[in-house]
Amino acid sequence: MTTKQLKRSDGRKANELRKMTAKVGVVPNADGSAMFSFGDTVAIAAVYGPRQLHPQHLQNPSTGILRCVYDLLSFSVYDRKRPGPSRRSNEISKVTGWALEPAVDLDAFPNTVIDVQIYILQADAGTRTAGINAASMALAHAGIPMRDLVCSVALGKIDKDLIADLTKEEEDFKEGEGATDFAIAKLATCDEFSLLQMDGKIQPEKVKEITKMAEETCKEIYEVQKKALKDVVESDMEEKK
Amino acid sequence: MSGMEVSNLTKQTLRKMLAEGKRFDHRGLLDFRELEVSYEVSKKAEGSARVKLGKTDVVVGVKLQTGEPYPDSPDNGNLMVSGDLLPLASPRFESGPPGFDAIELPRLVDRAVRSSGMIDLEKLVIKKGEMVWTVIIDIYPINDDGNLIDAACIGAVAALMQTVMPEIDKDGKINYEKKTSKKLPLSKDIVPLLFSFYKFGDSIILDPTREEQESSDARMTFGVSDWNGQFMVNSCQKKGGSTVTAEEIAKMMDILPKKFDETMKKFKKFL
Repeated sequence: MTTKQLKRSDGRKANELRKMTAKVGVVPNADGSAMFSFGDTVAIAAVYGPRQLHPQHLQNPSTGILRCVYDLLSFSVYDRKRPGPSRRSNEISKVTGWALEPAVDLDAFPNTVIDVQIYILQADAGTRTAGINAASMALAHAGIPMRDLVCSVALGKIDKDLIADLTKEEEDFKEGEGATDFAIAKLATCDEFSLLQMDGKIQPEKVKEITKMAEETCKEIYEVQKKALKDVVESDMEEKK
Repeated sequence: MSGMEVSNLTKQTLRKMLAEGKRFDHRGLLDFRELEVSYEVSKKAEGSARVKLGKTDVVVGVKLQTGEPYPDSPDNGNLMVSGDLLPLASPRFESGPPGFDAIELPRLVDRAVRSSGMIDLEKLVIKKGEMVWTVIIDIYPINDDGNLIDAACIGAVAALMQTVMPEIDKDGKINYEKKTSKKLPLSKDIVPLLFSFYKFGDSIILDPTREEQESSDARMTFGVSDWNGQFMVNSCQKKGGSTVTAEEIAKMMDILPKKFDETMKKFKKFL
């Protein structure tokens, strides 16, 4: 089933993503870093490590540990967010870690930790997915062995129509079946979903369609990520010349 | 003994058996343990229930308070879900600040109940923009033998269905000792339930024991309900650092409506 003539307030087609921008190497101090944005949502991620994990008792001699922190900067939203972790940000930190972990070869770094720090500079829906896209690039930029890049996007449904990359306004849609917000992440080149988080009202058959839509949209995100990574390698080479 | 982690040997045997479609307690991979629901855990609560799934035992209470509405929803009452994983219920639970599982459990129940539309929050306004009812659902496990999440949601729904409004005077002061004849405004026929699938390699099971739960690779929790005669998925959350395929998601989508009907049938016996 394809979506009919759906009017989105910003004129996008149902499966059209907001304008994406990506830049790798935005935090010189970090081992790897990147920025990713979907329209007005801007995420920045830095990777430190693999490095010694302290306290020592947390170390795992059979594998490295991926430790993610996600949070909103206080001024990234209209109602100032109180600084420091909240239940929401704790949960998102965890699911972000789980979204990235399948792509990273942690077994190669026993006893160590890879710290991934993700902060949202400006929030307009889809912050966790923008954060995952940024973090995935930052991990690659840090030279950490990976099976694949991770691509993430918020898909969903307003009333009966499936759409990609919801805006804040669309998330708050109330009529008919209301809004369903379905954040997904998948490994870029294979059929493996690493983040699935949703709330709303959606028929099981439409969940199946969402997984197909995810495949298409993630391809576009993958291209943006790859280009940003290529750009940074090229500009590093320029500098060395 | 009870405090010990599941041994690698147990985990290996468990996985080998699951791959052959067998479980330690002889259940089928998608079978639930026996469900038991009782009420009136506390007469001081506005509503309460206790749910047993095999040896897993959870109590849920609903308290009502008055408060200000949230600025972004002046025409709605508030819903709050909280609770704690008490060290009473398992040698694995520790006192102190809540760990991730203790934070996640109420959030999963919150999302399932909220997005199903079970509670008619618009009818919980006392004075528009100024005073509304806040529905607080508190969840405490008494004994954890796996699948607390699904059990907690049944408990929350059962407790909500029992909830009776307390008396309130003109100034908004509540007299908890006097219950009115008014029930909490619920949308008829909406019963949200949570189903958590646990993945072991290529096998998927429902209603794990603690042992099974701790040996699994990943968990997928779905909130589901009937809404205007349509079966709807209301929430979803994956836990754990491994992946699921589109095919596995499709399989879970096919299982959900059947399991919902099956559990509702069992649940209705206790209503």
